[in-house]
Amino acid sequence: MSADLSKTAVGPVEGVSLYDVDNPAPLIDPPRKRTKRSPKSARGNFELAAWLFMRLSGVVLVVLVIGHLLIQLVLDGGVSKIGFAFVAGRWASPFWQVWDLLMLWLAMLHGANGLRTVINDYAERPSTRLWLKGLLYTATVFTILLGTLVIFTFDPNIR
Amino acid sequence: MPAGTLYRGREGMWSWVAHRVTGVLIFFFLFVHVLDTALVRVSPEAYDEVVATYKTPIVALLEYGLVAAILFHALNGLRVIAVDFWAKGPRYQKQMLWAVMSIWIVLMAGAVYPVLGHAARELFGS
Repeated sequence: MSADLSKTAVGPVEGVSLYDVDNPAPLIDPPRKRTKRSPKSARGNFELAAWLFMRLSGVVLVVLVIGHLLIQLVLDGGVSKIGFAFVAGRWASPFWQVWDLLMLWLAMLHGANGLRTVINDYAERPSTRLWLKGLLYTATVFTILLGTLVIFTFDPNIR
Repeated sequence: MPAGTLYRGREGMWSWVAHRVTGVLIFFFLFVHVLDTALVRVSPEAYDEVVATYKTPIVALLEYGLVAAILFHALNGLRVIAVDFWAKGPRYQKQMLWAVMSIWIVLMAGAVYPVLGHAARELFGS
């Protein structure tokens, strides 16, 4: 291997440069720069907000849900104590109402966003994605509204 | 098929799969759970009747499975947060998964009696 340093691996550049100091080459935007021509879905920071929401709601849900499991399934006889009277006793306190309300909203939004990701990953046809997400969002809104209504309108003397 | 990499077929991939599967299962349960709780607005009898099915031995076993899914999703979720926000998280992701699994096994062992005890008493007498 005799290396001739006078020869480089790069061949001569063909032609003459069109640009010089007085006439610089046009600047090319970085690939992901947001411009007026970017698709609507890429204009905002929704995916970043969703990513952050999953982590923040996740931490809060660890506390809320594990507390909920302890109360409902472990302490004081576990599941066998649960009944209308037990629910009435707990929702008599605003503390547990807020606890359950927060848990409902955070868990539903966390789960809905998770399922949105799963649909985006596996449903490839645009129409399939549209239908599955439509179903998901409908079920999510319905469940959150129903749960919220139940917590706020609960009546211990219903009968 | 490409050969195994640092990710494919290893701890990172399988914890991701398990996180996804448990997440979907929990979401479906949550949907049903809000519906069954909504029965308190119908009548105490309707609610108590449905909750009675939650107390049968077979559903108690499903509840144990639900606890397993939730505890894994919660612990592994904290690991994901550590991987994302802790500077050394990616380097220790594997060790953190073993920590997650160890805590999970301890908690699942602790949940046997509280969650399945009443079902055992019903099946085998107290």
